[in-house]
Amino acid sequence: MCTLEKRGDFFILTLTGENDDHRLSPTLIAAVLSALREARSQATRGSVLITTSQGKFFSNGFDLGWARSAATPSDAFLRLHQMVESFRPIVAELISLPMPTVAVVQGHAAAAGFGLALSHDYVFMRSDRGVLYMSEVDLGLPFPDYFSVLFRAKLGSIAARRDVLLRGTKVRGAEAVKLGIVDGAYDGEEKVKGAGMQLAEKLASRKWNGEIYKEIRKSLYPELCAILGLEVDKPALSKL
Amino acid sequence: MCTLEQRSNLFILTLTGNNQHRLSPTLIAAILSALRQVKSVATSGSVLITNSKGKFFSNGLDRCRVKALSRLSQMVESLRHVVAELVSFPIPTISVVQGHAAAAGFVLALSHDYMLMREDRGVLYMSEIDLGGCLPDYFTVLFRAKIGSGLARRDVVLGGRKVRGREAVEMGIVDGVWGGEERLGEAAVELAERLGARKWDGEVYQKMREGLYPELCVVLGAVTGRIQAKL
Repeated sequence: MCTLEKRGDFFILTLTGENDDHRLSPTLIAAVLSALREARSQATRGSVLITTSQGKFFSNGFDLGWARSAATPSDAFLRLHQMVESFRPIVAELISLPMPTVAVVQGHAAAAGFGLALSHDYVFMRSDRGVLYMSEVDLGLPFPDYFSVLFRAKLGSIAARRDVLLRGTKVRGAEAVKLGIVDGAYDGEEKVKGAGMQLAEKLASRKWNGEIYKEIRKSLYPELCAILGLEVDKPALSKL
Repeated sequence: MCTLEQRSNLFILTLTGNNQHRLSPTLIAAILSALRQVKSVATSGSVLITNSKGKFFSNGLDRCRVKALSRLSQMVESLRHVVAELVSFPIPTISVVQGHAAAAGFVLALSHDYMLMREDRGVLYMSEIDLGGCLPDYFTVLFRAKIGSGLARRDVVLGGRKVRGREAVEMGIVDGVWGGEERLGEAAVELAERLGARKWDGEVYQKMREGLYPELCVVLGAVTGRIQAKL
């Protein structure tokens, strides 16, 4: 499912199973949420979260197979709705985590899997392998409200938003950098993980106050906070 | 503190002295007074240039003199009036960043329509994250209004990045960079002359700018009245 490892200043969250497409099933969602809360409880100055995965996929989105295996079509819809609603707190948790967050996308990230990656402060992916893909338009599924807001918050370019959300473009590494979706694309799994760690080290060395970091991040994305039900606290002026 | 000079259609506001030009209550009041003076005599074709002297454009609020948190709040509030004034100014505004601009100093520069910077000297820096302080509400809204790239905003506000000239152009923060203070000054005057030559109607210019930054106007409490478009 997933593991949370503490390595010095870093919390490394890994979606496990080499041969898995790491579908965000109710179980995995609960496990990821629990891991994030664990990281939050142990956060100190200089903490950084790195989220990565194993194998061909970063995550292929919600477990639609589980939804479809329900007794009736309306039960299937309810199952999908359940996953959508239980994933919302994960995005909320990442947006309000009191430390910098880095997603190392070593494989395909589709739909909610793409959403998971994008909920991080910094995103790296592979240039030789893997695509970012919002499959909803091809599957005929509408977006949950907070997905649209997340993508509008994080994807600055109008053309990028249209290509990703409305056109269902499968975006490879180099293009993702050009469109301003990711911070870098690297050849090979080792290089992308190395880049993630290197950035994490630089961020950790700033030894930022986690509570302040969290509030400044939230202030960058007010619409997203509103839809996630996160209050943007009154700013605390710095200590003199 | 600061001087105001008129050179034909150009109004030149200069932060004086070779210091860090910290935005103290006195300097903030002086800037506000100068801006209001310009507003009262500006005509169609006028342009404001704000510049500074020395190693710093401005190093932000005057934290050293402030003993109590309430005084810091006061400075933040009085700077809000300066930003509000600039956002609803009836003429084009240009900031000439000849040195470092940090925190409230960066905000002051960014509150202008055009921002020119030195290529060879000076950084733009939002120091708050490193100092462990949150940003006043209107600071963040200003950054969202003026810096289009989400990645750039994140790097500047959340990443505490010290941005040099070339980078500032690439990130879409400033309009151009020039090597050396003299060339920078000349570029500012040249731009001001081009803008001034358009002889824009002040009321229309003001409303158009406010229309570009509606969220900013709301947070600044700027009054947006209705105007009748002249045909």
